[in-house]
Amino acid sequence: MSDNIVGERAGLTIAVNIAVVALVVLWLIPTVGLLVSSFRDRDQITATGWWQSPLPVELTFRARAPAADQVEENGVWVVEGNVFEDREQARWFPEATGTVTAFGSRGVAPAEFPPGEVAELRGGATLVVNTDGTFRYESPEEIEGAGPRLYFEARTPPQFTTANYNTVLLADNMDRAFINTLTVTIPATVIPILVAAFAAYALAWMDFPGRGLLIAGVVGLLVVPLQLALVPMLNFHNMIGVGQSFLGIWLAHTAFGLPLAIYLLRNYMVGLPRDIIESAKVDGATDFQIFTRIILPLSFPALAAFAIFQFLWTWNDLLVAKVFLPATAESQVMTVKIADDLLGSRGGDWGILAAAAFVSIAVPLVVFFSMQRYLVRGLLAGSVK
Amino acid sequence: MNPMVQGLVTIIVGVGGCVGYFYFANMVLDRVLYPASGPNAGANINKANRIRPWLFLLPAIVALGLYLVYPVIGSFYRSLFDRSGFNFIGLGNYSSLIADGEFRMSLRNNLLWILVVPAASTFFGLLAAQLTDRLSWGNIAKSLIFMPMAISFVGASLIWKFVYANNPDIGLINALRALLGADQAVDVLQIPFWNNFFLMFILIWIQTGFAMVILSAALRGIPEETVEAAVLDGANPFQIFFKIKVPQIMGTIVVVWTTITILVLKIFDIVYATTGGNFGTQILPSYMMAYMFRDDGRATAVAFVIMIIVLPVMIWNIVQARKEMR
Amino acid sequence: MATVKLTDVGKSYGPVEVLRDINLDVDQGELVVFVGPSGCGKSTLLRMIAGLERITAGTLEIGGQVVNDVPPSQRGIAMVFQSYALYPHMTVRDNMAFGMKIAKKPKDEINRAVENAARMLQLTPFLDRLPKALSGGQRQRVAIGRAIVRDPKVFLFDEPLSNLDAALRVATRIEIAQLKERLADSTMIYVTHDQVEAMTLASRIVVLHGGIIEQVGPPLDLYERPANTFVARFIGSPAMNLFEGKVERVGNATAVRLPGGGIVEVPLPSNGAQPGEKVSLGVRPEDLTVRPDGETIYQGQVSIVEGLGEHTLLYMDRTNDDDAVIAKMPGVQRIERGATVNLNAPPDKLHLFDERGLSYLYR
Repeated sequence: MSDNIVGERAGLTIAVNIAVVALVVLWLIPTVGLLVSSFRDRDQITATGWWQSPLPVELTFRARAPAADQVEENGVWVVEGNVFEDREQARWFPEATGTVTAFGSRGVAPAEFPPGEVAELRGGATLVVNTDGTFRYESPEEIEGAGPRLYFEARTPPQFTTANYNTVLLADNMDRAFINTLTVTIPATVIPILVAAFAAYALAWMDFPGRGLLIAGVVGLLVVPLQLALVPMLNFHNMIGVGQSFLGIWLAHTAFGLPLAIYLLRNYMVGLPRDIIESAKVDGATDFQIFTRIILPLSFPALAAFAIFQFLWTWNDLLVAKVFLPATAESQVMTVKIADDLLGSRGGDWGILAAAAFVSIAVPLVVFFSMQRYLVRGLLAGSVK
Repeated sequence: MNPMVQGLVTIIVGVGGCVGYFYFANMVLDRVLYPASGPNAGANINKANRIRPWLFLLPAIVALGLYLVYPVIGSFYRSLFDRSGFNFIGLGNYSSLIADGEFRMSLRNNLLWILVVPAASTFFGLLAAQLTDRLSWGNIAKSLIFMPMAISFVGASLIWKFVYANNPDIGLINALRALLGADQAVDVLQIPFWNNFFLMFILIWIQTGFAMVILSAALRGIPEETVEAAVLDGANPFQIFFKIKVPQIMGTIVVVWTTITILVLKIFDIVYATTGGNFGTQILPSYMMAYMFRDDGRATAVAFVIMIIVLPVMIWNIVQARKEMR
Repeated sequence: MATVKLTDVGKSYGPVEVLRDINLDVDQGELVVFVGPSGCGKSTLLRMIAGLERITAGTLEIGGQVVNDVPPSQRGIAMVFQSYALYPHMTVRDNMAFGMKIAKKPKDEINRAVENAARMLQLTPFLDRLPKALSGGQRQRVAIGRAIVRDPKVFLFDEPLSNLDAALRVATRIEIAQLKERLADSTMIYVTHDQVEAMTLASRIVVLHGGIIEQVGPPLDLYERPANTFVARFIGSPAMNLFEGKVERVGNATAVRLPGGGIVEVPLPSNGAQPGEKVSLGVRPEDLTVRPDGETIYQGQVSIVEGLGEHTLLYMDRTNDDDAVIAKMPGVQRIERGATVNLNAPPDKLHLFDERGLSYLYR
C-alpha cells in the first residue's frame, strides 16, 4: 500500500515496525508464559518467574546432621558431613555436589547465614556450612534423636520437564476430560453443517413465500443470548428423558450453532453465479441434484469456515457444558474440569494449571494455525458486505 | 456405553439420519407424490418445487424454533414463577432483582463491559490492521495477534493468571512492580472497581484479532485512488487514516462493534474462572449462573434482562438485513 | 428440431409490465436474433422461452406443444449464458456430460456425444482441464459444446459474446455462424445488444423496445425498410438523421416541405397522408452527400469533423434540441470546421415516417 510514493519518510516506517513489535509482544507474552511454565519444575515455578527460567534457581532445601555420625572431640559432640549427600536432595543433586549460597537452622529462616560463617545456635551449639556443602555441627551435649535439621539455599540448574503433563494426563483425569471434549465437539460440529447447508440453499436459491421473513428471523436469532435457552431446554430435556447427557449437549450445540451456520452459508451461496445454477436447471438437474453436485462442492470454503467456528466454539464452551452435561468426573469436559476442579482444588499448583490449560488449548491452536485461511474467509463472508 | 463409541454412533446416526431424511423426503416428493412423468409431468414438477423448500428447511426450523424461539417465551413465562416453579408471582422476580444490590452491581459492571470491551477491541483491531498492512511481516504479526481467538475463555483466564497473580515470582505485573521498587505484592483482581478492567482486558485480548482481521479486509477494500488523491491533496498519514480511510469503513466498524457487544453479553467464563464474581466483578451472565439450578425463576429473569439489552441490536440487525435484500 | 411460437406472450412483475403482446413464429432452422437497448426485455423474453422466468400472459409453444408450465429441463432447449456458467469444479468433459448424466443416459452414448461436440469445436485437447485453465474463447466454446451435447430442439444464446474482447468477439462470431451452417436444422434464438452481431448472424431480427416488438424481419429489410423511427435509428450506425417536415403534395410520390423551405420529392406512395400533415424525413448518414450548392435537404455549419481514414464524419449542430445531423462521407474529406455545407441524398434512399413515427411503407 502506497509503498512507492515519493517522499515517504523512513522514520515513520521504523516507528510502525517498533509499534507492531510491541503490540505482538504484548499479545504473545501471556501465552508464552503459560507454555514455558507448563514445562518447568514445580518447585522452580514458585521460586522465580518464568521469564527467568533459563537461569539457575536458588531453592531452599533441608538436610539433617545425622546423630549417628557424631563423634566426641574435646568434650564437644561433633557431626561432620556434606549437605548434598543427604538422600532428600537426590532429585536435585544426583552427583551430590553443588553450591550453597546460604544456610540456616530454622525452617522459618532457611537462609539466615552466608556460607562459611559460624552460626551460634541455641544451647551453645554452632553450625557452619561451607560453599561446597560440607558442614560441621558442634554441640556441648550428646545429640539425641535423629539429629538436628539444617536448612540451606543452593543454586539449582534450570530444569525443564514433562512431569506436569504426566500428572495432568495420568493422575488428574484430564485424559478423560480430553476424550469427553472430543466426544462433544465432533458430532456438534458435523450435524449442524448438514442441516444448515440445506436450509441455506433453500433460503438462497429457492423461491417461496415467506423467504424474506425467514432470513430476517435467522438474522434475529443470531443474537439471542444463549442464557435464555438454558432453563427451558434443560427442563425440556428432562421431560423427554434426555436429561443431562451427551445427546442433550449435541442437540443443544447443534441448535445454537444453526443461526450462524445458516447465515454464513446463505451469504456465501447467494454469491455463487446465478447463471451456473440456471444452467444446471436447463441441464435437467433437480434442486436436490443442484444442491449436492453444484452448490455443496462450490461452497466448500464457507463450509470449512463454519466447521472451524463451530469446532472452536464447542471445544472452548463452558456454559453449555456446565448446564447440559452432568457434573460427574465421567462426563466433565476440559473447560469444566479446569474451571471447577483445577482452579478450585489446585489453585496454587501453577505447573499443573499451566499444563492443563495447554492441553486444552493445543488442539484449537493447531486447527487455528492450519486452517486460518478458511477462518478468515468465513469471518469476512459473515461481516463484510 | 463408552462415550467415544456413543459419539461415533451419534455421528453416524446423526449424519446418516440427516442425509437420509433429505434424500428420501426428496425422493418421495419426486417419485411418489408428484411423479415427474406422465401427462401431468410439468404441473407435478412445479407442485413439487413449491413444497421442496419447506422440505429442506424443516429440520432447521424445528431446531431453531425449539431451541431459540420457544425459549424466549418459555424463559419469560418461567421467570414469572418462584423458585419452586408452581407459584405464580408475576414480576416478583424482577422486583427482587432490582432490590438486590449484587444485581445492580452486575448491571453496572455489564454496562461497563459493553462500553469498554467493544470500543477497546475495535480500537486495537483498527490500529493493528492499519499498522500491519504496511509491513513485510504483517501477515505473521496478524496471525499472532489473531491467535487468542482460538483459545477458550477459561484457558485465557488461566493464561492471564500468570500475569495478574499476587506473587512477584508468578505474576508479571507484580514482578514489574517489584522491579520498580514496590515491596508489597498486590492482587490486582481484588482492587475494587479497577479489577473489572483487568478482567475486561482478557476479553479485549481475545477479540482484538477478530476486529483486526475484518477491519484489515475492509481497509484493503478501500479504493486506492481515494488514498492517492488525498496524498496529492497534501494530507499527512494521520489525516489520510482518520479522514479518508475510517469514514469509508464505518459500516464495517459498526458491524464489528455490535458483534463484540453481543459476545460480551454471552460471556460468563472469564469472571467465573478468575474471581468467581467476588470482589465486585459480578456481571449478568455470571450472576445468572450463580442462580442456575438453585432458583430457575430468578435465573430466567436475569436471562430475560440480558435479552432486553440485546433487543435494540437485534432489531437494528434485522432492519439492515431487510434493507440489503431489496 | 422444432418451431417456437409465441402468442400474446406477456410478463409482469406485480403491476409492472415488462413485456406485452409478443407474437412471434420461429421456424425450424432459423437463427432469430433479439436486439434492443438494455432494459427492453430481450433477455427476459429469452429466459421465458427457457423456462427460467414464468410467463404471465399468453402461450409459448415449442415443437407444437404448449410449454408454459413445463420446467426448463423438459422443454428440449439448451442455453449458452453470457458468463458461460461453466461448473468451476468440473472438467470440460464433465461440464459437457452433466446434462446427459442427470438424464441417466448410457455411458458410451455420453462419451460419443461429448467427443463429437469437442471435435466440432476443437476442444478435444482440453477435455480433462478445469474451466479456470481455459482462455475466455475456449470457455465460450465449452459453453456452446455443452449445449450441443444436449442435442436440443432449440438453442438459446444470451449475449454469448459480450464477455470477450473485441478481436475474440469477431472470431467467435464467425465460429457461431459456421456452427449454424453445420447444424442447419436446429433452431436458434440469440440475444444481443450488438447490432453487428445481429446483422451478421440473423436469418431474422426481432427488434424489441419498451417491452414490445417493434419490427421483425431479415437484417437488410430492417436496414432498408424500417417500420418506424425507433428501428430506423436503432439499426445502422451512426443513427439515421430525422428531419421534421410537412406534407406538401400527395400522390404516387410524396412531396415534403422542410423547415429550411426546400421541398423534397419522396418516391413513396402517400398511403392516405393528407397535405399539411407533420412527417419525419429520414436519411441515413451514409446516404447524405455534400454539395456546395443546389437543392438541399439540410444546410448547416460543420461543428466537428472526425476523420477516420476509411470515412469522414461531419457533425452539424441544429438550432433546436434535436440531435446533430451526421453525414458519413467515404474516404478522406477536406472539409474544415465551420464550413457551411448543403446536404442532399438520392430520392430512393429517403424514408418517411408519420407523426407517430410509423413508416408510410407499412400504412
